[in-house]
Amino acid sequence: MSSSSITSLPLRPSLVQRSFGPAGHIWVHLVLCLYAVIALFPIALILINSVKTREAIFDNPMALPTADSFSLIGFHKVLSNTNFLLYFSNSLVVTLASLVLIVLFGAMAGWALSEYKFRGNRVMTLFMAIGIMIPIRLGTVSILQLVVALDLINTRTALILVYTAQGLPLAVMILSEFIRQIPTELKDAARCDGVGEFRIFFQVILPLIRPAIATVAVFTMIPAWNDLWFPLILAPGEQTRTVTLGVQQFIGQYATDWNSVLAALSLAVIPVLILYMLFSRQLIRGLTSGAVK
Amino acid sequence: MKTARFWQIAVFLAPAVLIYSLFSALPLLDTLRLGFYSISDAGVHSFVGLDNYRTILFDSDWSQAFWNAMLNNLKFFCMHMALQNPIGLLLATLFSLKGLRGARTYRTLIFLPTLLSVVIIGFIWQLIISPLWGVGEKLMGLVGLGNYFAPWLGQESTALVTLSLISVWQYVGIPMMLIYAALLAVPDEILEAAHAEGASAMRIFWQIKLPLIWPTLGLVTILTFVANFNAFDLIYSVKGALAGPNYSSDLLGTFFYRTFFGYQAQIGSPTMGAAVATLMFLVILAGVGGYFYLVQRKLTRYAL
Amino acid sequence: MQSNKKSRTKRVFALSTLFCTIAMALAGGHADAGTLSIESWRVDDLALWENVLIPAFEKKNPGITVKFTPTAPTEYDSSLTARLAGGTAGDLVACRPFDVSLSLYNRGHLEKLDGKPGMESFPASAKVAWQTDDGKDTFCMPMASVIHGFLYNQKIFKELNLQPPKTEAEFLKLLETVKAGGKYTPLVLGTADQWEAHQVLFTGIGPNYWKGEIGRKALIAGKAKFTDPQFIAAWEYEAKLGKYLAKGASAQTYGDSQNMFALGQGAVYAAGSWDIAYFNTNASSKLEMGVFPPPVPKAGDACYISDHNDIGMGVNKKSKNKEDAYKFLAWLGSQEFADIYTNKVTGFFSLSNHLISVKDPIAKQMIDWRKSCSSTIRVNSQILNRGTPSMENEMWNVNVQVLNGKMTPLEAATKIQTGFAKWYKPQQ
Repeated sequence: MSSSSITSLPLRPSLVQRSFGPAGHIWVHLVLCLYAVIALFPIALILINSVKTREAIFDNPMALPTADSFSLIGFHKVLSNTNFLLYFSNSLVVTLASLVLIVLFGAMAGWALSEYKFRGNRVMTLFMAIGIMIPIRLGTVSILQLVVALDLINTRTALILVYTAQGLPLAVMILSEFIRQIPTELKDAARCDGVGEFRIFFQVILPLIRPAIATVAVFTMIPAWNDLWFPLILAPGEQTRTVTLGVQQFIGQYATDWNSVLAALSLAVIPVLILYMLFSRQLIRGLTSGAVK
Repeated sequence: MKTARFWQIAVFLAPAVLIYSLFSALPLLDTLRLGFYSISDAGVHSFVGLDNYRTILFDSDWSQAFWNAMLNNLKFFCMHMALQNPIGLLLATLFSLKGLRGARTYRTLIFLPTLLSVVIIGFIWQLIISPLWGVGEKLMGLVGLGNYFAPWLGQESTALVTLSLISVWQYVGIPMMLIYAALLAVPDEILEAAHAEGASAMRIFWQIKLPLIWPTLGLVTILTFVANFNAFDLIYSVKGALAGPNYSSDLLGTFFYRTFFGYQAQIGSPTMGAAVATLMFLVILAGVGGYFYLVQRKLTRYAL
Repeated sequence: MQSNKKSRTKRVFALSTLFCTIAMALAGGHADAGTLSIESWRVDDLALWENVLIPAFEKKNPGITVKFTPTAPTEYDSSLTARLAGGTAGDLVACRPFDVSLSLYNRGHLEKLDGKPGMESFPASAKVAWQTDDGKDTFCMPMASVIHGFLYNQKIFKELNLQPPKTEAEFLKLLETVKAGGKYTPLVLGTADQWEAHQVLFTGIGPNYWKGEIGRKALIAGKAKFTDPQFIAAWEYEAKLGKYLAKGASAQTYGDSQNMFALGQGAVYAAGSWDIAYFNTNASSKLEMGVFPPPVPKAGDACYISDHNDIGMGVNKKSKNKEDAYKFLAWLGSQEFADIYTNKVTGFFSLSNHLISVKDPIAKQMIDWRKSCSSTIRVNSQILNRGTPSMENEMWNVNVQVLNGKMTPLEAATKIQTGFAKWYKPQQ
């Protein structure tokens, strides 16, 4: 160490160390590593097997690909035979657009329902929650007829609207909960300053529930990305096909092309993973004290 | 206090309510209506009142399947409450410790299962625990438990538990993220003050953190309840709509699907299916209503 | 303030994304006359349709463009029903046999096809799967049938010095020999997916006991019961076979069975003729295929095979291009189509009257069984599946349990008969 160590302040032990003692770090990492292995082992298996020949997969699923068994046939088929880039972009457009609408409208509704006392607040809250209490596929024919009537069949818009509608109940529930936890003093202080309700919402509330928003974004992104049913019903056409629907062509009645399925689904995880990493960056410490005051 | 002008409330609510009503709530409620009708072969609707419900609840062919599915769903829910949420809580608490190196990496890695499609999860877990391809057996042999290996997904006694465990594995990330978001809101000053007073980590957790995140834990519970009683995708992907072996993995979701859309030679009945869906709705409503009116009222939200 | 700008940017971004998406999305097209789309669950045949069948049709019918748009088999029935109700289904619809398509016809989704060009190429036995009970309305054109039997690995048979069995006793002895050897699985069949136990095995071995059409029609007429000796004998035979499945077969899926046999790990595979195509493409070097029909109970008994109408094609009543759809149907009834389909979709045999030479050796053996054995369709396909409890689902359930040793043959027979008599008048 340099001579400056003489004049530097003594380092304070971290919260982890103070919580669990000097060996605390080790225990924490042990637990996390153990669970990470449980979470990742199947995924590692998928990745290993997505680059093996079909025979090699079932001969010894845990073996790493050798020179003999290494095969990119699945990836080759997926990327060259089909419009997979188109499917990817469709999935991306649909998921991102739904996400934005869900978060925005969900936060607005959640704010109104948890903040303002008005007649019918309880009823509206309950009404907004109905969507997750009934099996989604029940409304299929009605939704289809509506989409046909609006001439939105085989469009990505139809999917966006349906996924937004399905994601709103959850978003409203979660965001309401986190909005309720915001201290009243902050809101009242802003109101005392004469700030209008809309400005309060967009400039005070939204930044404060950033972790919750990131969480909601992640939750609603997953079912939208992985859904098979509504693309099948509302947008099965070639131009609007999503990735999940595109993978189905490898799953036949009696013959499943597992190489291609594994390859396609491995590829399909990547955009979601990137989106997740982007959103989880937002989970930096939300502020309740300090900054706004 | 919190009274904005009516038009302001309307603007906040309108977009969400509009899209949601048109594309989700109204189609669902409209189809639920079918539960009061019956359809002839030629497609003619006739009003039958509560007949469908009486059939499902009391006619032996239907009620056996319905109550079996209900019981299985309860078991499914209990397994998630016993495993998914405590593990999520544990992981979230560990992540919220300040100064933990690699927290972001751990979080991403542990969250990966939740991002996956149910097709791939079904495939890989079936491969791992298949008695044919040796993965599960070998792994258990490594820790000396080789004799306990069995075709779990094929046995009536273990199929549901196995599928529940796979579902827990898939969804731990959800409570983990929610609780983590809540723990982030706990102010540093309180924790620092407690440490300065010499409180141990356990005391801080039980007496400071836990009470502060209680509302979020309530939310996680109710979300788990709703998600489990609507669960369908994993069972359908692994076992098909017939949810074998011998209906031991049949949940309300698969029972509904079979009834509404039919399966193989069984023709779907939209009216009976709607009745099943209404019953599911009532069960979930009872749970959610109970949460809102009993738990929510009693929760104190600490002003920080 | 920074967050002010950020949230405003976010809002602008959101709105513009929304508008752009709507704009892009609304640039959709409409179907013109001269195009046809075909719905099917046969995702397996996608390449065949795109590369062989459709070009062949379009050559003979310039001006018509055909698209084959299959749906994942597990979602086909449910999504098709929803889309027919919503009016967005394709012009031509692949029909499942019997009640499933009958109910679509009764609900007014399918056109009546009697008298349309092409229908004359099909015998009554083919059309029965797609007609109303009184035989007056036909609503789908038959396409192909499948036959059940047993595939075996000739390499393993050579190694263990075995011959394809002719009788039940020979078959059981053969399986016992393989089991004693310990190296290979005697009978490759799993019960996790449930359908094979009934749709391949039981309906394949059973006809030898209930004498094919005789037994099946007697059930419909109310003259025979499932608890009669001939049916119980079939279940008893099945129970015996259950002892020769792989360890852990209750968790063995259809895909697992295919892989197991393809990798040369099993001696005999309970097969439908559709399996031939899979093994032709995916067999490892350890597999050399042979096939034998379901063994008869005693030497000298008459033999019966399950020869099941499996797939047909119907016309969507709401199709915007029925003229071309009927042209397509006419082509489906032609010799050319029968030839190509039977030889390219190995294991699916055209139901038409045309004479076809089957080129694949295994498929040829199977279709030749028609000469020495009487054909029958699966025992519960016609009429018997209409009530509650659904007999098809019940059959899956009991056959799996019998194979797993969880239910006795008598219990299985009683369960099926009780459920049957509950709703079917002639059995009461």
